[in-house]
Amino acid sequence: MNFSALQSAMAQHGYMASDDLAVALHLAVSLERPILLEGAAGVGKTEVARVLSAVHNTQLIRLQCYEGLDASQAIYEWNYQRQLLAIRSSGEAGETGSQIEKRLFSEEFLLERPLLAAIRHHKPPVLLIDEIDRADEEFEAYLLEILADFQITIPELGTLKALSKPMVVLTANGTRDLSDALRRRCLYTYVDYPDRRTELAILQARCPDIEANLAQQVIGFVQKLRREDLEKTPGIAETLDFAAALMGLGIADLTADPAVLQASLTTLLKTQTDQANITTEVAQRLAGQAA
Amino acid sequence: MSRITRFSGRDPGPAARMSGFLTHLRENGLRLGVGETELALAGLTCIKAARVTETRSALKAICSGCKEDIERFDDLFAAYWMNDGRVRTKITTSQAQSSFTGASSSNKTGSDQSDKAGTPEAPKNCEEEAESDGIGKLIASKTSNLKRTDLRNLIQPEDVIKAEKIAEKLGQALKDRRSRRRRAASKGDRLHFRKIIRKSLASGGEPINLVHKKRPDRRKKIAAICDVSGSMTIYARVFLAFLMGLMRNDPKTDAYLFHTRLVRISEAMRDKDAFRALTRMSLMADGFGGGSKIGASLDRYQRSYAKHFVDGRTVVLILSDGYDTGPQDHLAMALAKLKKRGCKIIWLNPLKSWREYQPIANGMAMALPYIDIFKAAGTLEDLAALETELTFL
Repeated sequence: MNFSALQSAMAQHGYMASDDLAVALHLAVSLERPILLEGAAGVGKTEVARVLSAVHNTQLIRLQCYEGLDASQAIYEWNYQRQLLAIRSSGEAGETGSQIEKRLFSEEFLLERPLLAAIRHHKPPVLLIDEIDRADEEFEAYLLEILADFQITIPELGTLKALSKPMVVLTANGTRDLSDALRRRCLYTYVDYPDRRTELAILQARCPDIEANLAQQVIGFVQKLRREDLEKTPGIAETLDFAAALMGLGIADLTADPAVLQASLTTLLKTQTDQANITTEVAQRLAGQAA
Repeated sequence: MSRITRFSGRDPGPAARMSGFLTHLRENGLRLGVGETELALAGLTCIKAARVTETRSALKAICSGCKEDIERFDDLFAAYWMNDGRVRTKITTSQAQSSFTGASSSNKTGSDQSDKAGTPEAPKNCEEEAESDGIGKLIASKTSNLKRTDLRNLIQPEDVIKAEKIAEKLGQALKDRRSRRRRAASKGDRLHFRKIIRKSLASGGEPINLVHKKRPDRRKKIAAICDVSGSMTIYARVFLAFLMGLMRNDPKTDAYLFHTRLVRISEAMRDKDAFRALTRMSLMADGFGGGSKIGASLDRYQRSYAKHFVDGRTVVLILSDGYDTGPQDHLAMALAKLKKRGCKIIWLNPLKSWREYQPIANGMAMALPYIDIFKAAGTLEDLAALETELTFL
């Protein structure tokens, strides 16, 4: 499979990837390297992983990072409750101490968390490590170890080697700086807001029922809106919501009814300041330019 | 501005060219190791390397590590592989001594001239052009060299050591405000008995889940923004040393320089080698000692970096004399927006130590309502005296 095949396969699943992104993904898969996607919220970084798993017809394992994420939630944990119960019941069944111990620390009592689960598949899954910049630096260091060797050491069990190397997609949107070490291990792509043509294609793929005229207007409007001075620039998901809202309201022309347009802006503008800044007049001007 | 390196016709094959390219990127400030060369070569086998756009995208994914790298990559790629560098060496057909243009002749390092043309993999026109040495340093790079030495002279190692001590004290005054209360936490110094008992009910009195509690840390981060415009040049020495000290003391500190535009220098400053940090910094700080647009720079700051790095636990430290060449109200507006993020703003103004100083400089007066601490600071001693102020912040 070359990169344009990947690109068109992704397009079939409703994702319009730029050439840079498609080549980077193709390389990541062929070289078995993790890929780091950076970009503003709402440009479709997470979606890349979902579509990649659909294209390769494999499972998507997702690890959502947050502050305070630790090994027991990301890698594995012993099922203490079951172990305690097993101890009690084994006493009654007459098992010897060493027998119990052997049984307690077997895979039967191991709770697989996403990172461990990802390396225990025969068919390589897509491992999505979402918003890695939200996790602590300590976790990042731990992750490096796993991404380098694809093996996990559990003291009681030994080292578990990867049955197959998962395709790893990391996403970040700049909550904090990532370490150089992590950046170096990964291929890197910056995902930007799509241009007019791409966004139109996305809209038509996701909302096939939309009228061509309205689709043009919606995209023109959102593209213009992104250039305004906003606290939170609307992403692609917002565009799709906006289009869905307009379609739901039965609007065929953006400039037709200022009040309805203003009301449907709640799908695009997500802070109070932004809503105050984009007044009915501004919205009308933008809609007029887009039409 | 990117430095231009050409690959040499003497290179034995694609591997040498690729490592030449990586060297070229490294010289332009991208951080790459040996592993990347290997990976880049491996990457080219997975794509159609003869297509320029495909190769460029592939190398971009492999060699860049952040958004800034991505933005510069196309130029760097063109400067090395394509034939449109700004300075060209003259094409020679003689095999004895290739002639140089005046600009690059003084930089010739490789003396062994080979008569071999390049391997067939190289584009033909490049081969002929690249008969000079592969690591040509041209005029553009020389000017940046000069700037680099300038900045190095500005900062003395003993200043940095002194500043580091002061910064450490200031840092301690600022950070580690531990909350008095304890909260439930998975790791903590004490057991949270109430929760343990409550949870043990479900398991018939066996305390299976041990819950701990601890005092949550309430850390303060520092974001320092330093003015390096012409009017601040005499103080720049102290302030840059101070920034360096802050940075080395607490790696979470964020540092920026501005004159007419804003540059983030945290990454460069974080370099363990103090002098390499300065070198990297001076590469970024072209325009050092020029005019100042405080309002515009701070506005850009609150619009871009502040969104990610400034929150209620951040102290924004502005080191500037407040002389702004931009519109007057810009500064106040930018500060108002910055303040809305919940941060504390400290403005250290070297002019304030003058006895009859009044904050009437353009914009400075309008900015005062948004500033929590407005202090004089021209020397390291002044900065040291800040410690008590910060404790009460």
